[in-house]
Amino acid sequence: MKLRPLKDARQESRVFGQRALIGFIGIVLALGILGLRFWSLQVLHNKEYQARSDANRILTRPLAPARGLIYDRNGVLLAENVAAFRLEITPEQVGDMDALLADLRTVIGVSDEDVSRFRALARSKRSYQSIPLRMKLGEEEIARFSVNRWRFRGVDVVPYLTRYYPKGAEFGHLVGYVGRIDANDVERLDAARYAGTTHAGKTGIERAYEKLLHGEPGYELVEVNADRRPLRVLERVAPIPGRNLYLSIDSRIQQAGVAAFAGRPGASVAIDPRNGEVLAMISMPGFDPNLFVNGISQADYDALLESPDKPLLDRALRGSYVPGSTIKPFLAMAGLELGFRKPDDTILSTGEFFIPGQKRGYRDVRAGGHGRVDLVQSLAQSVNTYYYALALDMGIDAFSDYMARFGFGQATGIDLIGERAGVLPSRQWKRANLNAAWYPGETVIAGIGQGFWVVTPIQLAHGLATLANAGVGHSPHLLRATQEGIGGDVINQPEVPAQTPIIKHASNWDAVRAGMIAVVNGPTGTARTMGDGFPYVIAGKSGTAERYSRTDETWTHISQVAIERHQVLFEAFTPAESPRIAVMVVLEAGRGGGRDAAPIVRTMMDAWLGSEPAGQGNEPVTAPATEQRH
Amino acid sequence: MDAWLARWRHRLPHLIRRPRIDLPLAGALALLATIGFFTQYSASDLNTGQAMAQGTRLLLGTFLLVVVSRIPPLTLRNWTPWLYAGSVMLLVLVALLGEGRGAHRWLDLHFVRFQPSELLKLTMPMMAAWMLNQRPLPPSWTTLAMVAALIVLPAGLIAEQPDLGTALLVGASGLFAVFLAGLAWWRIGLIVASVLAAMPVAWHFLHEYQRNRVRMLFNPESDPLGLGWHIIQSKIAVGSGGLWGKGWHHSTQSRLEFLPEHTTDFIFSVFAEEWGLIGVLLLLALYVFIIGRSLWIAANAKDTYSRLLAGAISMSFFVYVMVNGGMITGILPVVGVPLPLISYGGTSTVSILATFGVLMSIHAQRRRVAA
Repeated sequence: MKLRPLKDARQESRVFGQRALIGFIGIVLALGILGLRFWSLQVLHNKEYQARSDANRILTRPLAPARGLIYDRNGVLLAENVAAFRLEITPEQVGDMDALLADLRTVIGVSDEDVSRFRALARSKRSYQSIPLRMKLGEEEIARFSVNRWRFRGVDVVPYLTRYYPKGAEFGHLVGYVGRIDANDVERLDAARYAGTTHAGKTGIERAYEKLLHGEPGYELVEVNADRRPLRVLERVAPIPGRNLYLSIDSRIQQAGVAAFAGRPGASVAIDPRNGEVLAMISMPGFDPNLFVNGISQADYDALLESPDKPLLDRALRGSYVPGSTIKPFLAMAGLELGFRKPDDTILSTGEFFIPGQKRGYRDVRAGGHGRVDLVQSLAQSVNTYYYALALDMGIDAFSDYMARFGFGQATGIDLIGERAGVLPSRQWKRANLNAAWYPGETVIAGIGQGFWVVTPIQLAHGLATLANAGVGHSPHLLRATQEGIGGDVINQPEVPAQTPIIKHASNWDAVRAGMIAVVNGPTGTARTMGDGFPYVIAGKSGTAERYSRTDETWTHISQVAIERHQVLFEAFTPAESPRIAVMVVLEAGRGGGRDAAPIVRTMMDAWLGSEPAGQGNEPVTAPATEQRH
Repeated sequence: MDAWLARWRHRLPHLIRRPRIDLPLAGALALLATIGFFTQYSASDLNTGQAMAQGTRLLLGTFLLVVVSRIPPLTLRNWTPWLYAGSVMLLVLVALLGEGRGAHRWLDLHFVRFQPSELLKLTMPMMAAWMLNQRPLPPSWTTLAMVAALIVLPAGLIAEQPDLGTALLVGASGLFAVFLAGLAWWRIGLIVASVLAAMPVAWHFLHEYQRNRVRMLFNPESDPLGLGWHIIQSKIAVGSGGLWGKGWHHSTQSRLEFLPEHTTDFIFSVFAEEWGLIGVLLLLALYVFIIGRSLWIAANAKDTYSRLLAGAISMSFFVYVMVNGGMITGILPVVGVPLPLISYGGTSTVSILATFGVLMSIHAQRRRVAA
């Protein structure tokens, strides 16, 4: 055992005495300085502060700015402000809060949720700040309160603007909603800017563009008497309203798409391939954002949460889907560009594909196979064998490397919060997430968009738009222009820069496009009827992915499989020669992409067609001050 | 009954000669609490409910003071590592599941909500004293490193909550113990120099709101609506008090509610406005007396543990006064530190009085030679 130096008790005591004395002298000196400071304030500068104190009869009251409005690209109103009344309490002026709340409840409907929210907020605010208890008072309630007003010191009815979403559920996910600022938001938002604000954006555009929409608060200098009653307003600095937003969304396309889903769970995204503007972004089922604005009731919230269709999930942004055959055009492109295939090369489809030396077979959709097919037929008939072989020839590294250029496996950077990255199968991904080696069989099924593949609808739409624009991508975005106050100048957002072109040889692009045209227009296409009667040529590709893996090895034809087992997709763009709209649709249950998803795409394209004369090109937004009725 | 009387007749002269409670210190604390009570009453605009609440806390605190004063310092010393470990555990718990005010400080035990960081105000100096008592003094670098680790863990957790004020108090109480243990001056110089050098790095770790408070100190007028408001209004309150003050319950700054937090962190401003420089100096003198008397008790303590503990407690009491006074007069940044026994606030009033219970206990076991 190590010997400890002996402790010298007397020495320690002596040292302590010295130190205590020095410390005490230091303390007296420091407090002396503090005393001097008081002397300086109270004696030297007394006159100055006395004067300021006498003048200090002026209270500063924050004025909340009006929130910016949200329009679609044609000036159709998606979010507006309407006048309403709320009940506010200033805790400091209330003696017994419990008694007051109990008393208030005899006059006005106040739920337990209102009270608990109020109390949580009261803890995070200063007691001299008034805190909302109930929003959106009815006229009868205001009348009843006014009669009983004398009983409630520190309680006021305050007029305010509340948010209203005229299109309701059709834009619920996209536009999002504002909600009452709660204790969590207090940390996120700048207290000084939100002093008079009760609501902040919680989801969607409302959340993503909170900064633009909120505006700058103003204030009022109010002279008060000794009892703090306001005498007059001395100065008023008006708040600067938030900016109005013009989205790239065309509400006609959006609404037509929502109607075409007929309530079936799924998602759709339409993008203008020339610039990345999102024309429609649908997540089904939707929800009414108006429910959330003034506090959703527990029953409504439970209903949304417990619904098996998950209406609160923004599928377009965050939904995870197996892309299936919709990735075939991208893979075909990779095969041509990287020199693994020529457009005229043919592959024999026998109905089953084998990796050399392995026993396990990979099936084609049609029993007995499609025979000898070239690139165009491989797309038109969605021939799996063609892509099994192509993926295997390329190898997983070249495969994932090329697919990444279309944006798979990474967030697209759309101007919304909470986007998911999806999964692009790669050796690195598998190592990092499953810590396992890569097998050739996994390359084969990756070739038909199965296996580890996960895409979000916005991701697939972005990839499609990039392909449609001859390999020149634009990060998808929703904000098109902003406006300073109604009637103010509309300022277009800067154009989103083009990403590095992916396709080097125009002839390769022509070949893939010919295949996609054949899907819709060819005699063997998987979506033969969807282009009927449409004035432009549509190019597309279907996708049908199994939601559950098969448990047995018996071969089953697609049409015999129950609808519930398939998730179906369709992607298309038009006009094929110079695409101006690219649409993807995914349905979580369906028979086949061409059969069930393609009609929704067609409906949306029809709606786009109706808007074409007006929205012909890429002209700047003009400023319609009010909603246009259609 | 007779036996009881006889026992008291026997004990009474002894109690008067050698009271367990140090009467001058107790008297000063009582005076301070009384001043606090009436300042509260005025600052809350004669709110009886708030005055009653403060009165209740003073009674509870006094009760705790008496209870703690009955625990011998030796027992305290034996408990120290456990008490310290327990309170740090609670801090960790609060970091994981605490709630309140946007900052995670409170632990809700359903029957009572309290801030575990308050416990550290006592267990931190206890632990520092315990550790130093185990080691040869004056402290070596090794000892210093060990104590520093014991300080940084809780202080860091508290600063992370974020509660800079309490972190400061807890940290200071540990450092005072090291100072009183006789840490060599050249070592102190070296540490101070390196702390000054590390300042820019520390700035990097402050929360944005904490940085704003420091910036506001240098230019409060730049933001008369936000943080600068506190400082400006507080200075107006103090400055307009003048030499003699406006008189009790004549603080217009507080009554017209220009002064935020006027019953808690900014109550000193109300006091200064109502009682003027004379009142302020008398109050400061009272604090100096309490600190001086506490240090005297410390110096007469029986062993090193008691001495260091009592000394650290006394000196941290100064930190409260300095940080709060500096804040309301605009020479230190806005940090939420209460003015002891004057500010409204349950946990702080009770914990301060309990801390003085420890001093009383040490006093009761003082060295015979000094008696």
